[in-house]
Formats: sequence, C-alpha cells, structure tokens
Amino acid sequence: MKRVYLDYAATTPVDPRVLRTMLPYFSRDYGNSMSLHSFGQEAYRALEKSRHIVADFIGAAPEEIIFTSSATESNNLMMKGLASVYGKKKNHIIISKIEHDCVLESARYLKSQGYILTELSVDAEGFVDLQELERSITDTTLVVSVIHGNNEIGTIQDIAAIGALCKKHHVLFHTDASQSFGKVPIDVSSLPVDLLTASSHKIYGPKGVGMLYVRRGVIIDPLLHGGGHEWGKRSSTSNVAGIVGFAKACDLCDNVMKTEHNRLSTLRDMLIDGILKSIKGTHLNGPRGGKRLSNNVNISFSAVEGESLVLALDFNGIAASTGSACSSKNLTPSHVLTAIGLTHGEAHGSLRMSVGRFTTKEEIEYTIRTLKQAVSKLRNMSPLHYA
Amino acid sequence: MPNIYSPQTIAHFRSPHNYGELKHPDGQGEAGNIICGDIMSLYIEVGKDTKGKEIIAAVKFKTYGCAAAIATSSVITDLAKGKSIEEALLLSKKDIIDTLHGLPPIKIHCSLLAIDALGEAIYQFLTSHKRPVPSDLAKRHKHIEKEKQIIEERLKKLKESV
Repeated sequence: MKRVYLDYAATTPVDPRVLRTMLPYFSRDYGNSMSLHSFGQEAYRALEKSRHIVADFIGAAPEEIIFTSSATESNNLMMKGLASVYGKKKNHIIISKIEHDCVLESARYLKSQGYILTELSVDAEGFVDLQELERSITDTTLVVSVIHGNNEIGTIQDIAAIGALCKKHHVLFHTDASQSFGKVPIDVSSLPVDLLTASSHKIYGPKGVGMLYVRRGVIIDPLLHGGGHEWGKRSSTSNVAGIVGFAKACDLCDNVMKTEHNRLSTLRDMLIDGILKSIKGTHLNGPRGGKRLSNNVNISFSAVEGESLVLALDFNGIAASTGSACSSKNLTPSHVLTAIGLTHGEAHGSLRMSVGRFTTKEEIEYTIRTLKQAVSKLRNMSPLHYA
Repeated sequence: MPNIYSPQTIAHFRSPHNYGELKHPDGQGEAGNIICGDIMSLYIEVGKDTKGKEIIAAVKFKTYGCAAAIATSSVITDLAKGKSIEEALLLSKKDIIDTLHGLPPIKIHCSLLAIDALGEAIYQFLTSHKRPVPSDLAKRHKHIEKEKQIIEERLKKLKESV
C-alpha cells in the first residue's frame, strides 16, 4: 500500500545524511566527552564543534547553548530553572493559552507551588494581543513564554514585538521554537529573546536531543545535578552521537531554508485549497500566508469526528492527527482549538496534516482524493447534517 | 491511535454492519455522549419470526463519533437483530465489549452510547404503541433526555458556526 506521511509536526524521519554523520559516534568514537584520554577528547571536540554549529545557526554564542534530551526538558528547565533563581522576588509567570503541554504543565505546576500564572488569550487566528500582554506585566513578572510557531494551528507569533515589549518592561522572554526552528530564520543576535527552545527530531535529526538557548547574563538553576556537564546546567553524560546529528540537521536546514520554505508553503496551500474547494462544510483553523508555519494544515470537517477520520486515512496509508476530544486522554478537545474559539463540535472534527522534506505534489493530490472519500463515507454514517 | 483497538473493533469500524436509516421505523432512538460529544441514532423495525414470535426484525444506525462509537453501533445492531424486545433490553455494554474483544479503557463509555440508543428506540416503540414501559427503561429514558438537552445546545452552536 502507498504510505504518505503527513505528520512531520509530530516527528520527522532522520535524514540519511544526518544518520551517516552520527554513525561513527556509536561504535568508533564512543568516548565520554568528560574523559581525559584521546577517546574522551575526540568526543569532546565533536560535542563542541556541534555546539558551534547550533549556536551559529541562531546567531548565538556557543556558551549560550545548553543541550538537553528534548524540547520538553528544555521548557521545564527554562521555567523551573528561572523560578529557582529568581522566584523569591518574582513570582508571576505569563504564558499564552496555546502553549505546548510541556510549557503549560510546567507553568501550572509552579502555580500549584504558589506562583501566580497569567494565561494570555489569543484571537481567532491564534495571535496573542500585545496590549493584553503589556497590561499583564507587573513588577513581579518573572518570565513571559509564548510559543513561536504553534504546533496545532501553525500560527507564527510576532516574537520581535513580544520580545521588545518584555525588554521595555525588563521582563525575561522565552519562546518555544520547536516547530519554527529550521523553517524560518531565527537570529537571537537581533531578536529580543532571552531564552529559546528547539528540538532535533522536528528537523530531521534524531529523537532524544533538544537545546535551550540562554542569553548571557540570564541565570538558571539545573534540574539535573551531577557531574557538571553543560556548565553545570544539565548534568548527564553527553549524547554525543545525537548532538552531532542535531548539528548536522541544523546545517542541512540552513542550506535549503529559503527554497524549502517556498516549496513547503506551496504544498501546504495546495492541500488547504484542495480540501476547502472539493469538500463542503470545512474551514481552516489558523491564519493563511506568511504568518502560518510553512508545513501546517489544520482543517475542521463538520459532522465528522477527527479520530475516525485519522483512522480512515490510516487505512489508506496516510498519517495525520486530530485535536478531537475522542483522541485525548481526558476526553476534552484540544486546548489550542478551544482557545481560538472553536466549539466543541468544530474541534471534534479537526484534522492536522503537516508536510515536510519528503512530501511530494503527488502525495498531496492522493491525500485530497482519499480525504474526500473518507469524509463522504463518515458523513453517510453520521446523523448530523452539514452545510 | 490505530494500535490500541482490537482487530474486531477495527473490522467493525472499517465495514460497519447495518448503517443507514429505516424509512418507516417502528422505533427510533437517539443518544449522545455528554463527555466527548458523540451522537448515535438507532432505528428498529419490529416484526415476527417464522414461528410468529415478535422480534426486532431490522436495525439500522447512524453515528457521529470515533472508531469505538461506530464499532459499538455496528455491534449493537448485530446483537439486537432477531431478539425479542425483552431479550434486547437485557443487552449490556459488557455484551458489546466482549464481542469486540475489549475496548481501550477510555473508550468504554462509547459502548454505553449504543445501549442507550437501543433503549431509546425500544422506549419510543413501546410508548407509540401504547404498551407498558418497564420502570428501568423509563428511568433510563429520563436520564438520557436530560443529557440530550446539553448536547443539543452544543449542536446548535456547531450548526450556527458552519
């Protein structure tokens, strides 16, 4: 059966060129980067070379990059690490309502520990209101954390404007760039961002590697204490092979970012237009054009439930995802879709598809055809009528 | 979550039995799930078997919901077909779950939806034919009606938005 992967926002395959770069570090250059002997030195050199590459990629200094095991860890480290250092004086945290769970849950955890939490609302396209943000900042605000590119609906926030506002009020600004990193240029030497999270497995690197950029002068306490790796900010034997792969993945994105952005945006718009034109009772969630992640499509289908749709597509080899209540652990619809004002029913029929490096035009055409049939079959089974 | 359903559930979802409507049903029931928002309509036709015993001769369903909701709908039509009203009322969610060789814990509530819809169809058949309604069934009906109101409000919002 034909297999079409349209879930690049969930994870990406490791690019064969990345894999080739990583392989020697499993079996030949396997030293511990903290060891004094030549095995260790080789690993150390590979680690620091990778740090340079990742730092260069976002205009940072190498010592501003902390390698972690995931974006989830980076976001936890940011939130709890800052709270541990500054929390006694600054006990107010601001996030948006459409953060990834790992930011949301870290912030809510701190709230349970006595912190004050503000969750900023977003408009119908998922954008944060700058005036509401400014009104929310107080003398005790520790950090503002707003997701750069939203993982569900693709909204790209104006982090330059948000960062400028935070800077004006002397508040730290963090952004979770897990989805945008590698897709749009990010340059922290000109962007007013103090901390930034990125992940390797979203950009054709291996799973199990993430990073947190921490601007010089900003202090965080570690979550993991131990041997003092990553300047004492994150102890654990360095995952050299993984980090080398992450750096290679950054390199590859750097080379093709502009052409790939245009190619993906075209495929994305083809998929959006194809669905909206050929299937009635559909609407796009999130913005259109340049303010949307180049790879994200999120559409609600009336009178159809999302999990059914995901499975029906899966039977035809197509991988997608949904924000339906039926597919969540607690039977509530996606908090992102609810935040942009979708009703329970609209969120129920939502489908996210994300294109990537290996997506072809032919796959998009096949998906539109298959989706049309799947939706029609499910609607025949549905007691609801659709417009 | 393709890997969490039993092969039996997947099979019923892929090729559901008896979906559609009956043009002139003797009873029609609707049930909605207050938590997740799924909705199911069930139609029954009451007739006689070869020995002249009154049975549910035909059943059809329409469901708006996840794979588990559709599979449990399909199974309830199979289970109810050919049974007397009394026998059909004895069907439980356990019968459905057993037929499907289990459901993921979070999907158990879907099987109740099917039982409710069948109960409602039978309730409507009994009342429209001026027959006595067992007290258990009357109680269930009251409860379902209440839940339906909440779901209808949600639906109204859904329809306005499309």
